Amino acid sequence: MALAEEMVKIAVTVNGKRYEDTVEPRWLLAHWLRDRLGLTGTHIGCDTSQCGVCTVVLNGRAVKSCTVLAVQADGGEVLTVEGLARDGKLHPVQEAFREAHGLQCGFCTPGAQMLAYALLEENPHPTEAEIREALDGILCRCTGYQHIVRAIELAAERKEAKA
Amino acid sequence: MSTVIGQPVRRREDARLIVGRGQFTDDLKLPGMTYAVIVRSPYAHARIRRIDVSRALAMPGVLAVFTGKDLEGVLGPVPTAWIPPNADLKQTVHRALAVDEVRYAGDGVAMVVAEDRYTARDAAEAVEVEYEPLPAVVDAWAAVQEGAPLVHPDAPGNLALHWTAGSVDQKAFDEAEVVVRQRFVQQRLIPNPMEPRAAVAWYDPGTENLTVWMTSQNPHIHRFLLSGILGIPEHRLRVVAQDVGGGFGSKISCYPDEALVAHAARTLARPVKWVEDRSEHFMATTHGRDHVQEVELAGRKDGTIEALRVKIWANLGAYLSTAAPGVPTILFGLIVNGCYRIPQASTEVYGVFTHTTPVDAYRGAGRPEATYLIERMVDLFADAIGMDPVEVRRKNFVPPDAFPYTNAFGITYDSGNYPLALDKALERVDYGGFRARQAQARQEGRYLGIGFSTYVEMCGLGPSEVAGAVGFQGGLWENATVRVHPSGKIQVMTGASPHGQGEETTFAQIVAEQLGVAMDDIEVVHGDTDRVTMGWGTYGSRTLAVGGSAVAVACQRLIEKGRRIAAHMLEADADDVAFQQGRYQVQGVPGRSVSFQEVALQAHLAWNLPQGVEPGMEATANYNPSNFTFPFGTHVAIVEVDPDSGLVRLERYVAVDDCGTPINPLIIAGQVHGGVVQGVGQALWEGAVYNAEGQLLTGSFLEYAMPKARFFPPIETDSTVTPSPHNPLGVKGVGETGTIAATPAVVNAVMDALKPFNIRHLDMPLTPEKVWRAIHGKGERQ
Amino acid sequence: MIAERFRYLRPKDLDEALAWLAESQGEVRVLAGGHSLLPLMKLRLAAPQTVLDVERVEALRGIRLEGDVLHIGAMTRYHELARDPLVAEYAPLLAMAARTVGDPQVRNRGTVGGSICHADPAADFPAAALAMDAEVELRSRAGKRRLPLREFLLGPLSTALAPNELLAAIHVPLRAGWGAAYEKFPHPASGYAVAGVAALINKEGGAARAVAVAVTGVGPVAYRAAATEEVLTGASLDAARIQDGASQVAEGVEVNADLFASADYRRHLAQVLAARALRAAWGSD
Repeated sequence: MALAEEMVKIAVTVNGKRYEDTVEPRWLLAHWLRDRLGLTGTHIGCDTSQCGVCTVVLNGRAVKSCTVLAVQADGGEVLTVEGLARDGKLHPVQEAFREAHGLQCGFCTPGAQMLAYALLEENPHPTEAEIREALDGILCRCTGYQHIVRAIELAAERKEAKA
Repeated sequence: MSTVIGQPVRRREDARLIVGRGQFTDDLKLPGMTYAVIVRSPYAHARIRRIDVSRALAMPGVLAVFTGKDLEGVLGPVPTAWIPPNADLKQTVHRALAVDEVRYAGDGVAMVVAEDRYTARDAAEAVEVEYEPLPAVVDAWAAVQEGAPLVHPDAPGNLALHWTAGSVDQKAFDEAEVVVRQRFVQQRLIPNPMEPRAAVAWYDPGTENLTVWMTSQNPHIHRFLLSGILGIPEHRLRVVAQDVGGGFGSKISCYPDEALVAHAARTLARPVKWVEDRSEHFMATTHGRDHVQEVELAGRKDGTIEALRVKIWANLGAYLSTAAPGVPTILFGLIVNGCYRIPQASTEVYGVFTHTTPVDAYRGAGRPEATYLIERMVDLFADAIGMDPVEVRRKNFVPPDAFPYTNAFGITYDSGNYPLALDKALERVDYGGFRARQAQARQEGRYLGIGFSTYVEMCGLGPSEVAGAVGFQGGLWENATVRVHPSGKIQVMTGASPHGQGEETTFAQIVAEQLGVAMDDIEVVHGDTDRVTMGWGTYGSRTLAVGGSAVAVACQRLIEKGRRIAAHMLEADADDVAFQQGRYQVQGVPGRSVSFQEVALQAHLAWNLPQGVEPGMEATANYNPSNFTFPFGTHVAIVEVDPDSGLVRLERYVAVDDCGTPINPLIIAGQVHGGVVQGVGQALWEGAVYNAEGQLLTGSFLEYAMPKARFFPPIETDSTVTPSPHNPLGVKGVGETGTIAATPAVVNAVMDALKPFNIRHLDMPLTPEKVWRAIHGKGERQ
Repeated sequence: MIAERFRYLRPKDLDEALAWLAESQGEVRVLAGGHSLLPLMKLRLAAPQTVLDVERVEALRGIRLEGDVLHIGAMTRYHELARDPLVAEYAPLLAMAARTVGDPQVRNRGTVGGSICHADPAADFPAAALAMDAEVELRSRAGKRRLPLREFLLGPLSTALAPNELLAAIHVPLRAGWGAAYEKFPHPASGYAVAGVAALINKEGGAARAVAVAVTGVGPVAYRAAATEEVLTGASLDAARIQDGASQVAEGVEVNADLFASADYRRHLAQVLAARALRAAWGSD
């Protein structure tokens, strides 16, 4: 349906739950998730679409939620860090981040995990080089990335073991 | 016995962070919350002619606009908390919002508060400020030249401080066999923790209590300083820093911004939230480093270093930030000799005001600047006498049997075994094999280089008496309370305030080890001035050495109290009761024992306590260290330089660190990785650049190159263990070592690779163009 | 950072999009993937009154063979381009360039049309498309026109797109079997090309029957390196010949300079990358 509004009605499925809201078109998806839905696991680390801290999965692909308008997500499906664990069980990516010490301050971690999740959905057995290239999409100031790389390798191993 | 200490225990803080349930400042939402945006000067230096807030105030949803004039007599100035003695420090006034003049691009001129963040942003754009631009000076060297624009009228020549330490007899240079001189530029860096700064303030008019949730590395220091700025007594002020998304020094300082937010909350009687944009962070959060250094080294042809003379101009920016005066003086100038026994050394520091963002501590704070200088000089000296840089290092090391060793500045190194770490690193990199490979590669037109950094760091800040003697306006002891509940569950309150370092885990490990209780029975509480009695915070790699030691001492007090109760329960003499693995045991009588937690219950019940023993099971320790700690090690970088593009590729990186007794090797490895990557960042990519007008040209992640995963090979870590002799845990600290060590290792490696081109030195960052120009003799870029 | 207020239009099909483009008052900006436009709007460097979100316009999607050209819808995202089998067969150069854009999240959102219409002087995709002799298909309510990409790109952030026009697709000739390479020197911070060179060679009987070299990051907008192509076309590309051609890759171009790279250095980089791209496309690496 065509839309031409100052305020726009949207309906977005977030972590499996449908939300309806009326938003200003300029609202960023990141702000909508945080301020309207209270899903504060998605953090914001920059304003030039560089750092990737705000990464969520939109319709199956990793996106920076600071560079997507909430209206663009209308009708779509969003997965945030809060939706990674299912039925009280951590996702293998989350388990691996903890096991491999893939986080320190934890601020980029939700974005890093969502990026890792999307990477493994597309490429279940990435090489170390492929992982490091994919991590172009996240800036982490604490870990030096090494344990994030290891965490993603570990998550790949565990996902396979479970499959 | 050691069952928990030294184990790679998985972090307990991760449980909330990996599911998105951390509580960072911006995550807080209070009923009726309002949002603030600070209007900042786009000019580095300008007179404020007029501020018109009427258009902003008239916008629907706007609650208030504050300007500097509104705050005169209401908010006190933002203080400096480090006043080095005999330095002629000029404590110029730093107002929370500029009144007549702005002194750097980013200086606050107004604050807007509105019902939501979008309206606040719109209103900030509607504040009209008329500026009269004035000439600016951005470079420390330029700022001290005759006729430079003045930053503060009461700081002639833009000199903020002049400080000296040590002495060198001129004869040492006049009569030296070899003198090496070099000028180094320690470029300015931008801390960029991934979480920008933020504050939420809430004032309760009923109790007159003000709570500030903020991104802080040291909530108690912030409470202390905010109390002075706001005129609110400390006991009515609560500062909370729950989860903090990295700091790297930038969240030590007391900024105007958090005070403004608190003031707005008090004025409006509504909660106020302010979150820094990243662009704002680049301009308005303290920067790091920024020295021009002139260094002279005198030595003998046999490789002996005889004297070192250092003179620097440290750019402190437009205002003196909280710890700024101490960073290029005390934390730098007293340890420029590094790990070498240099009989004569001196440091002279000019601290300079410029029209730039204030400079303060940044991971390592002073010590990276010192280490870079000496590690580069050693390589230049080795070059000058035709000796292997490894051999020069070995020859001048403070030998293992010389500890405690007092350097030429009177600093006493606690313990060390420098050759051991060096040898371990050499073996790992196969030094001989590398040199052969390098020679072979050169014949093929490929340029490999190896660089060493045998660093030592002064950290674990520090003895409070020394803090006082060097002008730090605070103590450097640390507080810990270990509280055992009747059920045996334990809370540990620490004044150290971690922001990613994992103390909820490592401090629990210490308590678990000491008291012999399960990790799951221990909770570590930090970052809240209402829950933790006192604290001086997390910086200077002090958390474990000082804060952890406080925890250990408190545990010892509990054990001793418990011993008396246990003896009473077991009907034995206290001297006959041993404490092992969480149980009090009557020696020689197996089976007659009682657990610590059982004793704790009895202490609380107090039905039958020995005479003179008070009920309850809680101990507090205020641990004041007797010395700094001195972690050390050897880092080795191997690089390849592409002569066609000038691109430097890091091929291999080996880090051998000695941080004393390890508590959690997994966390240590993480700290080393992160530190190394940050240090390499300075060597190769990072650098803040201003133009002559004082505009920051590297004002976003589009221009300021942060290290990325793909730039790195896996970092290889190894360790030696030389416990610190003066703290109960034997620990030294590892938070800054990587950053301190990595920068010179990489630069030395690049310069080694460039040997065939007769290039003596290049200043950081070693960007491709800089390297390419040097290789092809094109001179510096104009 | 937060954008100024704007009116949001989301047409359901091409007709509606073109109608709105024709009728809207004030500045209208077309929103595709949003990775050029939204950052500018957030920093308030762009403040259109109306944003026209064409994401759901089906006619702008899809990659298909149309006779002797490959039709690539303007809303095609980089990640789609990077994995599309038709692109892999007939226009692998486009996929190579797409894989170097930004980071995974940017490639998941950024579009072919958005990149071409934004005309960023350092964008990767325009260089690859230029080397492919791409044509742009421009639609308005008045009809449609086709323009070679090289005539469409006018300068930095400037194109021949009329205010009421929409870029609907690009058309690229089929280049199955041609040697292709994209060599890029990314800015360490932004990931944009400090310099990037796309090379395409039709090698027949030991000679380069056709050579296309396009460059980004170096001049005001992506361009074809005509002098280089002339030196190489028809020749056997030995090392010396490649060097000769590569040395002319910035011939007659006013070379960009910024904080990271001076004009001298950037010109040199372009030459180095051109040689590498040509060697790879020729198959001598």
